[in-house]
Amino acid sequence: MSNLGQNKFWKSIDLPIVLLYLALVLIGWLNIYAAVFDENHASIFDLEKNYGKQLLWIATALFIGLMVLLIDSKFFSVFSFGIYGITLMMLVSVLFFGKYVNGSRSWFEIGSFRLQPAEFAKFATALVVAKYLSGGVKMEKFSTKFSVLTLIGLPMALILLQGDVGSALTYVAFVLVLYREGLSGMVLVIGLLIGIAFVLSLLFAKSSILIGIASITGVLLYNYRKKKKFIPVIISGAVLVATMVIGFSYVFNNVMKQHHRDRINNLVGKEIDIKGAGYNVNQSKIAIGSGRLIGKGFLNGTQTKYDFVPEQSTDFIFCTIGEEYGFVGSLVLIGLFLTLLLRIIFIAERQRSPLSRIYGYGVASILFLHLFVNIGMTIGLVPVIGIPLPFISYGGSSLWSFTILLFILIKLDANRQNIIK
Amino acid sequence: MNIFFERKYIIQAILIFTCFILIVRLFYIQVIDDSYFLSANNNVLRKLTVYPARGIIYDRNGKIIVQNEPVYDLMVIPRQAKNLDTLGFCKLIGIDKAEFITRITKARKFSPFKASIFAKQLSARSFASIQERLFEYQGFFVQNRTVRRYPDSVAAQVLGYIGEVDENRIKKTNNYYQIGDYIGISGIEKSYETILRGQRGTKIIMVDALNRDQGSYEDGKYDTTAIAGEKLISSLDLRIQKLAEKLMRNKKGSVVAIEPSTGEILCFVSSPTYDPNLLVGPERGNNYIKLLKAPEKPLFIRPIMAQYPPGSIFKAVQALIGQQEHLIVPETRFPCNGGYSIGNRMVKCEHNHSPLNLNESIAQSCNSYYCWLFKKLIDQGNYGSVEKNYLVWRDYILQFGIGKKLEIDLPNELGGLLPTVAFYDKYYSSGHWKSSTIISLAIGQGELGVTPLQMANTMAIIANRGFYYSPHLIKAIGKNQIKKPEYTTKHAVKIDSSYFNVVIDGMQQVVDHGTATYAKIADIPMCGKTGTAQNSHGKSHSVFVAFAPRNNPKIAIAVIVENSGYGATWAAPIASILVEKYIKDSVSRPAYYIDRLLNADLIHPTFTETKESH
Repeated sequence: MSNLGQNKFWKSIDLPIVLLYLALVLIGWLNIYAAVFDENHASIFDLEKNYGKQLLWIATALFIGLMVLLIDSKFFSVFSFGIYGITLMMLVSVLFFGKYVNGSRSWFEIGSFRLQPAEFAKFATALVVAKYLSGGVKMEKFSTKFSVLTLIGLPMALILLQGDVGSALTYVAFVLVLYREGLSGMVLVIGLLIGIAFVLSLLFAKSSILIGIASITGVLLYNYRKKKKFIPVIISGAVLVATMVIGFSYVFNNVMKQHHRDRINNLVGKEIDIKGAGYNVNQSKIAIGSGRLIGKGFLNGTQTKYDFVPEQSTDFIFCTIGEEYGFVGSLVLIGLFLTLLLRIIFIAERQRSPLSRIYGYGVASILFLHLFVNIGMTIGLVPVIGIPLPFISYGGSSLWSFTILLFILIKLDANRQNIIK
Repeated sequence: MNIFFERKYIIQAILIFTCFILIVRLFYIQVIDDSYFLSANNNVLRKLTVYPARGIIYDRNGKIIVQNEPVYDLMVIPRQAKNLDTLGFCKLIGIDKAEFITRITKARKFSPFKASIFAKQLSARSFASIQERLFEYQGFFVQNRTVRRYPDSVAAQVLGYIGEVDENRIKKTNNYYQIGDYIGISGIEKSYETILRGQRGTKIIMVDALNRDQGSYEDGKYDTTAIAGEKLISSLDLRIQKLAEKLMRNKKGSVVAIEPSTGEILCFVSSPTYDPNLLVGPERGNNYIKLLKAPEKPLFIRPIMAQYPPGSIFKAVQALIGQQEHLIVPETRFPCNGGYSIGNRMVKCEHNHSPLNLNESIAQSCNSYYCWLFKKLIDQGNYGSVEKNYLVWRDYILQFGIGKKLEIDLPNELGGLLPTVAFYDKYYSSGHWKSSTIISLAIGQGELGVTPLQMANTMAIIANRGFYYSPHLIKAIGKNQIKKPEYTTKHAVKIDSSYFNVVIDGMQQVVDHGTATYAKIADIPMCGKTGTAQNSHGKSHSVFVAFAPRNNPKIAIAVIVENSGYGATWAAPIASILVEKYIKDSVSRPAYYIDRLLNADLIHPTFTETKESH
């Protein structure tokens, strides 16, 4: 590339995305500092503490981001399956050689350095889904659906085998990508129904729900008795919901682990035990709630600093923001994320190459799911699922993988004039 | 562009809607619902009580009688006391495992999350050794307190003691006190509680999830400092208080000395006494039970609770009333033929002498004289009937502070016994009693109960020639040396001061060459009166009251030694030593004189001196 070409390339990088990324990373770093602040290690550069280490992760992430920008964009298209394959292999081998941390075997440990392959599987999957769907396949076809679900399901299953339910759940995000690429809107509706059925099955006894479904069905059938074509729809809908309810209670009682059950029970308010399973969420809500409108100010948060909130620099980092900057700060953070997400969709939609577009949606979906689940769990909207808040939470693997995820999109976008297949 | 282009709007809507849900939820928990804010404060803020130092009590010369000493309560939060090396811990604080289990169970019962006292009032020394290793034991910490310390171990009953406040008291004071607070339970500690206690402070600290101290909250903006209790200056003179307690050792009885011109109590001894330090510290409970059960009743405050028939010392008062009622003049004489006969009964007189005048009757303590006088006062008085005459007589006695409380600044004061007309009307039926019926009163026996404090106060009245200030133990309160108004109010008796001289003459003769010559002090003219209070429990009580010097009296004193016989034997010499010590700050007596008093054991039978001198 000539100097002129290089100059043009840098200019074609989407500056708002980069600025949003830098802003979020900086917010993350400052809040990790506040969350685990310790007067004996008051320097934000102290490498013994998470905030010092996070600075290293940020520096290396920026370096990795730069590398991604320097790689030829064709690489991501050509090697998407290769990258995907490598991550799958890593996911398999971590099952055998990984280290147990908090009940899941999802970490490679090399010296003091730990790596979580599940994090990297996210962008690999996004890439491979984009590559596959941009290859002229038709979503309506069963084989397409089957293939793409397999591509998504494989890493998901492997991660589930590690015992990391949270990370596995993030792959549900791809539903949005598939929807954008032509999957029936019914999928979203059914997804919503599944959610309702799930909550119902937890809150009420199976028999009363079934009776409820039967009576609603009866009423509907009576109302629509003259419109014959609705009858099969109503009946099949009722059977579907009933089956799901039964299925969920089976899964809930026989497949899930006790700590999952506790977390879910706690969420739906069935068992309130603020000293046991509900402790984390309760403390997290207290921390965020005590921030009130404008928060307690930088380093003045007591709930996180004094360890009332668990995992305060990783999964529960949002507590520090909520506590120290209040509702205003929370609003700003969510606003930044929403701006980022909408900007990503905007970028995705301006791509001429389907691969870039689909990948863009993949990025948006993954970030969106993390955002919703992570903040949702800290304020008691979602069960406690240990996934990080992108760019904010402490941790090298997640920061690196989200950086790669985003910067591949930036790279693809910078090259949007060239169609990539 | 592809055919599903428009779905981007739905996806955008989903993103926006979801973020909106998050924001609504955040708005609810952060802005609307303030319970989380309160919970956060509950989590992190701990309100600690800062206990003020109790007021210090000084004697009249500025010497400390009660001071404070730092002690350390070992506290435990049972929930945090985990993974404890129980054996090591027991060894450290010197208890066995069973004791450990009892205490920790008790603490857990109170609250697993709140601190309760595990070991009370460790001394500075044991604290030092525990502190070094306390960090190894999670859930235990030390809280500073102060306890009372009595450097001279004197005046136990005056000072009283403090103890942990009980539920009743907490309720009564509208929860001013909190569990674990100390409160004055008896003595000055009780009557001056509101002044001595000071004001509790609070300190708000922040703690982390493991309840570890993280420093003060908002730089102590909401903290209040503890204000130490105000000091009290007692009227007691430690020099004679200490000496009096020594002299009264192994004797039952009281010593009360008053400065007549002010009503300030210089000496207040209730014997047997106890070391006030016993009621401080971890052994307090056990010691208290021991004192409560002791046969000598050391917790009984004799000077204000014991009531004796005053005996002969009452004659001085009768002589004054007789003169004021114009029934006698100094030269009035009454016959004495070894007694005063009423029908076939007779009030005996120790002496067989010719008719005495007033002065001599006091000096020689003639019973007959006072029976005659009493007959005049009651049967032939100026008011028409026995009842009315008795009423007037009784009113005089009341003016002397006998038969009513003197309102000393100590709890549990008794007023003594002085029968009313109604009492005799009921006992003998109305109109069926006269002087001969109640003749014992003439010589201070019978239905009379006078406390040692009242005896000393009577002497103060005579010393002052007709008035007194309510006797009190605290002469000044606080930095500004405030005096209580009730102790600066003069109480006058309605007896002309001119009538006192003849009585005082008689009393001086008692000491100079009467029944109490043994108590005479070189250079100090002392006026006194011996008494022998009869009682149904064994030997009579030895009583001596006096004041000195005769002019501008500095001290009025009453000494009672129970069951020891004549007033001159024990009470008079003890009083005389104390008077001399107070006025001259030295005692000019031979050693044997003092030793006899110091060594006498009049309580424990084997050591009782059998030989009596009179």
